[in-house]
Amino acid sequence: MTLKLRELSLAPDLFGNGHGLCAGCAESVSVRQILAALENPPVVALATGCLEVSTTRFPDTTWKVPLIHSAFENAATTIGGVEAAYKALVRKGRMEDRPLTFLVFGGDGATYDIGFQWLSGALERGHKFIYICLNNEGYMNTGIQRSSATLLGAWTTTTPSGDARSGKPEWHKDMTKIIAAHGIPYVAQAASHNWKDLMTKVRKAEQADGPSFINVLTPCDRGWRFEPEKTMEVSQLMVEAGLWPLYEVVEGKWKMTGARQKKRPVMDALLSQKRFSHITKNADDATIAAIQAKVDEEWDALLALCAIPDTQ
Amino acid sequence: MTTTQKSGSGIKPPSPQAINGGEAVAYAMRQIDPEVVAAYPITPQTFIIEKFSEYVADGLVNTEYINVESEHAAMSACVGATAAGGRSQTATSGPGLALMYEMLWVASGMRLPVVMHLCSRSFSAPLNILCDHSDVMGMRESSWPMLIGASPQEAYDQAVVMPTIAENKEVMLPSANVLDGFTVTHSVERVEVLPDEVVKAFAGEYEPDIWALEPGSTATFGTLDANDFYFEHKRQQVEAMKNSLEIIRTQLNAVGEITGRPMNLIEEYLLDDAEIGLVVLGSSEGMVRAAINEAREAGIKVGMLRIRLFRPFPVADVRKALEGIGAVGVLDRAIAFGTPGNSLLQDLATATRTMPNRPLLMDFVYGLGGRATPKFQFREAIGHVLKMNESQVEPEEPGYLGLK
Repeated sequence: MTLKLRELSLAPDLFGNGHGLCAGCAESVSVRQILAALENPPVVALATGCLEVSTTRFPDTTWKVPLIHSAFENAATTIGGVEAAYKALVRKGRMEDRPLTFLVFGGDGATYDIGFQWLSGALERGHKFIYICLNNEGYMNTGIQRSSATLLGAWTTTTPSGDARSGKPEWHKDMTKIIAAHGIPYVAQAASHNWKDLMTKVRKAEQADGPSFINVLTPCDRGWRFEPEKTMEVSQLMVEAGLWPLYEVVEGKWKMTGARQKKRPVMDALLSQKRFSHITKNADDATIAAIQAKVDEEWDALLALCAIPDTQ
Repeated sequence: MTTTQKSGSGIKPPSPQAINGGEAVAYAMRQIDPEVVAAYPITPQTFIIEKFSEYVADGLVNTEYINVESEHAAMSACVGATAAGGRSQTATSGPGLALMYEMLWVASGMRLPVVMHLCSRSFSAPLNILCDHSDVMGMRESSWPMLIGASPQEAYDQAVVMPTIAENKEVMLPSANVLDGFTVTHSVERVEVLPDEVVKAFAGEYEPDIWALEPGSTATFGTLDANDFYFEHKRQQVEAMKNSLEIIRTQLNAVGEITGRPMNLIEEYLLDDAEIGLVVLGSSEGMVRAAINEAREAGIKVGMLRIRLFRPFPVADVRKALEGIGAVGVLDRAIAFGTPGNSLLQDLATATRTMPNRPLLMDFVYGLGGRATPKFQFREAIGHVLKMNESQVEPEEPGYLGLK
């Protein structure tokens, strides 16, 4: 499973020009790379969200692939319907069998929260599709509200910092682990800055015998409050601080991807994003200590799952 | 028509059969053999999907049957399947319809001809699994053509014709076959079924102009419309609904010619010489006919109008049927809370408002949550309508038949 940059550079660009995503948005970068990594022509379903509203405004479309958007919460079920129709049309002899990849893009709102049931159901039923969560840790399309993927302490418009509260009070949901618990053949976490890791994971997902899920960290400069040219740098800091480990679960076997990921204190990542400025202004802030302690604990747990002794 | 035909597995189902309305619908679904059926079990719809699951298990259909985890997911899967290029169907009842409400509008707005069999049931709360038309009224403005049958036979005949209405190029709208919960879904009656090959020839296959699985397709389905196009797309739906009316008339005639059982947009009973009338939807028509027969014996010139095509509302047909009728009682099997009149009354009032001699109207709420309405109560309603015709005064409040 080696990716050749020369070949990738010749891949047709299935995500065209003219989208309306923000300057500095990680989503367009990752979506283009994901589509380029595919070996089969895709049929795409989109959940309502930033990507959808910025790429499908009638009468224009950014997409050079067949694409269906139906609602916010149900993209996994929508693609399940497509996959079922495909099987039946082939069985009836009404369409020739040909390799296709059924692909979903949903944000963390669509994936972690409002669409959780639809995704879980589609995974359990075993539709063969790749679900990509473009995780920017908040409801950015509606104006930066908290989601269950938002980090502890982060400012959002529904978890503002005031005299009584200091950003989001809860730890985030570990969605990737929850998906892994469905026992599907391929689950992974990836991040926008590491294109090779991301695209390799997409290739593996495409070859999986059943549903697959990749949770991609896609930093949002508007919502995380950093300068638009810093997107990839912030993505890398999140991984190096242990806030977003890169790993995969292949047929139930856990494996870290990329050596020595965690090599910084969480403070390095938090300082890169002004959504944490109300807590990072004081290095002794209890929330920072709580984040560090929880990250360390989860890192150890992940190492144990991957059966790697902690040598770092 | 009494025939014996061969199904896919060599079973020879007799016709007529003694089956319930749910099984009659499932039987038509097997004959139509849609690419995708996605459904979630809910009483009183379960007969349909259990029977259809048996057909799937016995290899009698090519259908991919998706056992979804909710009704919202059922309609979501149908939307995906139909956009992909497959014919899709689902079935639900009351609260299940409420849960898929968002997707009813998505399916019609995306112009995807999904067929749904709606086994009418009340809405919660209080929890009640029995028949009324709360769900029917709940979807009446969602741009779905809706046919309401009165018997297992009609549920079957309508199920056969539904895809040809929904998929007509001048329509391209999701469409509902309504059968009353329990009174139709669970009632075992004599049902004549058509031979498989006749249904297959009549229903054909779904042949969309644009489909996501078409090789080379780059179509985008379900776009974002800002204030520059949303209005125009909704206006196009108005035209599609209008177009559907004559297409439904044609298709009902066409299937009626095959079955020998005529079906019309509205069904009239003893209206020709009637001075007063009752208007009804669905399976209560049998008891209403019985009450009318009794009233006729007492010398009251009363007739009945049953509206089969509930959406689009067949205004011209209804007006023609009610010409010369002095007073009409409207039988509403759901309450439209806080409105100036319950839903069917509103339709009748709007449809007849410009008639030169419009009939006087009064509303009766009946049968909520499965409450049986015996003949004598419809007979009482006839008495009230008769009095209204004499007094020429329309009551502002509805009557409640059989309310304790």
